[in-house]
Amino acid sequence: MDIALIVVFVLAAFVGMEVISKVPATLHTPLMSGSNAISGITIVGALVVAGMVGTPWAKWLGFIALVMATINVVGGFLVTDRMLQMFKKKDRKPLKAKQETVTTNGAPREAVKA
Amino acid sequence: MKETLITLAYLVAASLFIIGLKRLSSPMTARAGNQLAAVGMLLAVVATLFLEPILSPIEMVTGLVLGGAVGAWLAKQVEMTGMPELVAAFNGFGGAASALVAAAEVARYAEFESFALASAQVMPVEAIAGPLSAVSAFTIALSVLIGAVTFSGSFVAFGKLSGRISGNPISFPGLRLISIVVGLGVITATVIIVAGTADFPVIEAPVVWGLVLLSALALVLGILLVVPIGGADMPVVVALLNSYSGLAAAAAGFVLSNYALIVSGALVGASGLILTRIMCDAMNRSLANVLLGGFGGGDGAAGAGPAMSTEGLSVRETTADDAAILMSYAQKVIIVPGYGLAVAQAQHQVREMADILQQEGVEVKYAIHPVAGRMPGHMNVLLAEANVPYDQLYDMDDVNADFETADVALVVGANDVVNPAARSDPGSPIYGMPILNVDKAQNVIVLKRSMRPGYAGVENALFYGDSTQMLFGDAKDSIGEVITELKALKS
Repeated sequence: MDIALIVVFVLAAFVGMEVISKVPATLHTPLMSGSNAISGITIVGALVVAGMVGTPWAKWLGFIALVMATINVVGGFLVTDRMLQMFKKKDRKPLKAKQETVTTNGAPREAVKA
Repeated sequence: MKETLITLAYLVAASLFIIGLKRLSSPMTARAGNQLAAVGMLLAVVATLFLEPILSPIEMVTGLVLGGAVGAWLAKQVEMTGMPELVAAFNGFGGAASALVAAAEVARYAEFESFALASAQVMPVEAIAGPLSAVSAFTIALSVLIGAVTFSGSFVAFGKLSGRISGNPISFPGLRLISIVVGLGVITATVIIVAGTADFPVIEAPVVWGLVLLSALALVLGILLVVPIGGADMPVVVALLNSYSGLAAAAAGFVLSNYALIVSGALVGASGLILTRIMCDAMNRSLANVLLGGFGGGDGAAGAGPAMSTEGLSVRETTADDAAILMSYAQKVIIVPGYGLAVAQAQHQVREMADILQQEGVEVKYAIHPVAGRMPGHMNVLLAEANVPYDQLYDMDDVNADFETADVALVVGANDVVNPAARSDPGSPIYGMPILNVDKAQNVIVLKRSMRPGYAGVENALFYGDSTQMLFGDAKDSIGEVITELKALKS
């Protein structure tokens, strides 16, 4: 085994820690499901063993791995997206205030945001 | 040339993962970040399909379509309350896939001899396995071990989170002994596998059987590791399994000498580990304590600490009517959601109530404990689903000082995370756990089904406090009644 692989592993782990430790608690669930989808990268390994090997055992093990990894990848990214599209900033001010600002200055979008 | 191209494609994919994760650090950019990571994954897959030699396209397309359909269906139909078990299940699939990839490598070696003779002509040179070295054998064993533990552990966690298995810690005399024996078995199997490579190419018997033994033992080990952990500690376990699934992918990457797997696996492994640490800190417990503790179940675990005597203490009950009046005259209301809110699916009602209060000029904040719910950040997702703007959600550290100036703290189905015993009673099993200082508020209204203790199995002195009123019933129904009363007050 190449020592370079270990070097890459260790450096990537540090990058991971650096990047993740800044994620706020609000986003921990999407972070988990999103990073979980990324761990489905094993789909690449599954493709390699399922596709390039002609031996029956390896092929079938690879096939099952491929199905499972694809579930992980597709499901993981989709469900993370579903969650994240729900996270919205305050765009719905109390109804009364909204109507007031709209009528007074006629700039609804800005007014609602403010 | 092909080799270089594919490595470059993996490099781009890995970079997209890192940028994607980075964008996850703000709700504004998070969605784009996730999509970026998905693009990276697509790139890695497409590059592999184009550049690796493909001998069985039908199987590959079938696998991708089948897995994609199942994954998409699971992602589409899941309720937000069921998110923790879905993530646990996805973790399990990822772990299993990594283990199988590594196992397939051995199968490839095992069938090398007969296979090489038969089809050497049609096989590209790099596809034929070289001799299996002891180091490779060890990485394969490691990969199978981590992957299999992740798989069975995740599905036990799935069972516990979805209520298919009891949330109580399951423990019996000798459990630890069995775990140790299984652990020793794992080491033995690994030695068999590594030693077996010495006989290459007559590899079949020892290595393959060692691998079968290792897989079986690793599956048992995964079950043994998660079974004794109580429901309250599930956020830690889910985070830890998340980390394992990353490590499993990285290990498979070492087996295949594949940079994409190693980098992504390391990223996920690190992220899971950080979340695990955050969760442990939020409960003031060490990871070892969580894994070995068997703490945090229902009735059984309560014996661990001296049970609080509730004799002579009385509980003040209130009505939706009174709760509505109290809140409508308040200046500041802090809502403390807990898992009870998720179970009752009351997030939409809570938002509607908060909207009415805000229209009346009441300041409303949501106070979220790091371990509220069944996985890190679970409450935030549920409230986001109900259209609560995320800037009204406050972390424990940011909101704790606010309770002293709050007129009403409304506790919706939270229990252990608001138990003042964590601050004051050194004898309590949850002593030292950071809590939301709900008891500092002028008035506390607790929505609860009954007086049953929470997941930690500890009585809660808050419920007997002088400023506390209990509103018994299903959180959804109770809040619904409060809304009706609030509307009646307005008109």
